[in-house]
Amino acid sequence: MSTRTLELELATPGLDAQGQPTRVPLTASDLGGEHLLLNMGPQHPATHGVLRLVVELDGETVVRCIPHLGYLHSGFEKLGEYRHYNQIIPLTDRTDYLSPMANNVGMALAAETLMGIEITPRCTVLRVIACEMSRIISHMVWLGTTSIDLGAFTPFLWAFQERERIYNLQEMWTGARLTTSLTRVGGLMADIPDTFVEQLREFTRSFPNTLNEIDRVLTRNAVWAGRTQGVGVMTAAEAINYSLSGPMLRASGVPYDVRKDKPYLGYDTYDFDVPVGEHGDVYDRYLVRLEECHQANRILQQALARLPDGPINVDDPRVILPPKSRAMSDMEAMIFHFKQVMEGVKAPIGEAYVGIENPKGELGNYFVSDGTAKPVRWRIRPPSFINLSALPKMAEGHLLSDLVAINASVDIVMGEVDR
Amino acid sequence: MIPGALREEVARDGETIVFVAPERLLEIMTWLKETPGQQFDYLVDVTAVEFRDRERPLQVVYFLRSLERRADLRVKVELDSAAELAVDSVWGLWRGADWLEREVFDMFGITFRGHPDLRRILMWETYAEGFPLRKDFPLRGRFSRAEQVRQALNANPEAHYSLDELSIADAWGDLPDDMRARLKRGERGTIPE
Repeated sequence: MSTRTLELELATPGLDAQGQPTRVPLTASDLGGEHLLLNMGPQHPATHGVLRLVVELDGETVVRCIPHLGYLHSGFEKLGEYRHYNQIIPLTDRTDYLSPMANNVGMALAAETLMGIEITPRCTVLRVIACEMSRIISHMVWLGTTSIDLGAFTPFLWAFQERERIYNLQEMWTGARLTTSLTRVGGLMADIPDTFVEQLREFTRSFPNTLNEIDRVLTRNAVWAGRTQGVGVMTAAEAINYSLSGPMLRASGVPYDVRKDKPYLGYDTYDFDVPVGEHGDVYDRYLVRLEECHQANRILQQALARLPDGPINVDDPRVILPPKSRAMSDMEAMIFHFKQVMEGVKAPIGEAYVGIENPKGELGNYFVSDGTAKPVRWRIRPPSFINLSALPKMAEGHLLSDLVAINASVDIVMGEVDR
Repeated sequence: MIPGALREEVARDGETIVFVAPERLLEIMTWLKETPGQQFDYLVDVTAVEFRDRERPLQVVYFLRSLERRADLRVKVELDSAAELAVDSVWGLWRGADWLEREVFDMFGITFRGHPDLRRILMWETYAEGFPLRKDFPLRGRFSRAEQVRQALNANPEAHYSLDELSIADAWGDLPDDMRARLKRGERGTIPE
């Protein structure tokens, strides 16, 4: 009896003596030819972070792919239980670090829904701008890294150039390129600086040119199409059953976009289209993300056109810190300052879940409060974690080189997968 | 009211929360997914909540969505923390539950009966310190930083392969006897000396 046969007996499906489910049985074809076990990652440029894939190969064909996560696990959700609501915001920067501003917005919206706070019109529009800027930089990173994975170097440079322009704007606005911590519960950390609107308008004017260049170089490129078409297909029914969200879900032909179907931040008042794919393969995911960049650009233009004047923070001294000058000169302001810093903003008993359409998919923030200033539970619904869970299904039967394309098409950020 | 529900509440975001008994969870979930007029075909999220008040039961929370009707629903199961923490897995209804249930198992120690591959997902398989998101788990972890570093340095990287993977590789036969015995027992967490 070979050692492998022995293992097959150990791995019978069902429950063991302790009532624990036993492990997945090995595939039947395992007994056929010589299979190779290949370890890919956690330090591998094509796994987009510290993802480790253990791949069972029959020749060059993937028989099974077993992802291993947790190399970047930081316990953000646990940390959040020991922080005031405003202190949680810096943690959200570090989850999906390719679109930090959108994460800040998602968390703030959930906290505000929990507390029943209505934000100001100017803040709403500025948050839309923040979300759409994030969508563009996140998709630009995706486009650049995926094209590199598939052997196209030039689009990477174009995409990262555009991303750099948004990063400069983010730096201008928040002082940070990556760890923006833009929002506060009930408002924003700062209003936009003077020349921000002109510079962003200039960006929205020239950005479509780059997108069109990328489109010309990739969309009808024989190598690109050959490497991506028909690879990693998820049908609409499978995509729904695997809980995919965002561009992954829409590329499979399911027209669900949180911005349209459960609007937040007044997205229902903007004129934009939701691109939907047809085949659910890597190529359609590329097309959907490329078109989403055009649409994000449209939303940015509309938001800039309608940006109202007015305060960025709600007028509630229990939630928003008074200006430092007043806190140092006015007794009442100083008390509010003290109470907020020492005690934090108290949330009423209850729970709230708010999902927003992050570049990666539906980012949910779920707060449960027991009436204190710190949440009992802070849960992030991580879009790339759930999208990645379909990777073994998508990779099965494809070549090892296609696994790289499929993994790239999921658009994962390990900071968010592991949290 | 959903048939079989114990009670209903409304969350602060306006969503309906339905509480169901643990033993009827799978039956009610199947009904919610397959009944015309309900059609909750999309599982948004699965998570668990433990309250600071130790008297209160743990909650397993399922976020459901009907893409057809564009409607959401939250289903909760309450588990007494003194009793066995186990519910039926909804893996058979939604494949998306695969990793989500594994994460809840990893972080809270709640067993999902019928899940085909219930292993730790974010922590490593031999992790011995317990379940990180439980309230009795200290923020800094159970062991001192020095102890954690010592364990990490002493860890055998081979132990990070799961049983299936080792059997695929035929590496099983090459493992040292003690490790093979440990993996066979499915033991989680011996502290290496």
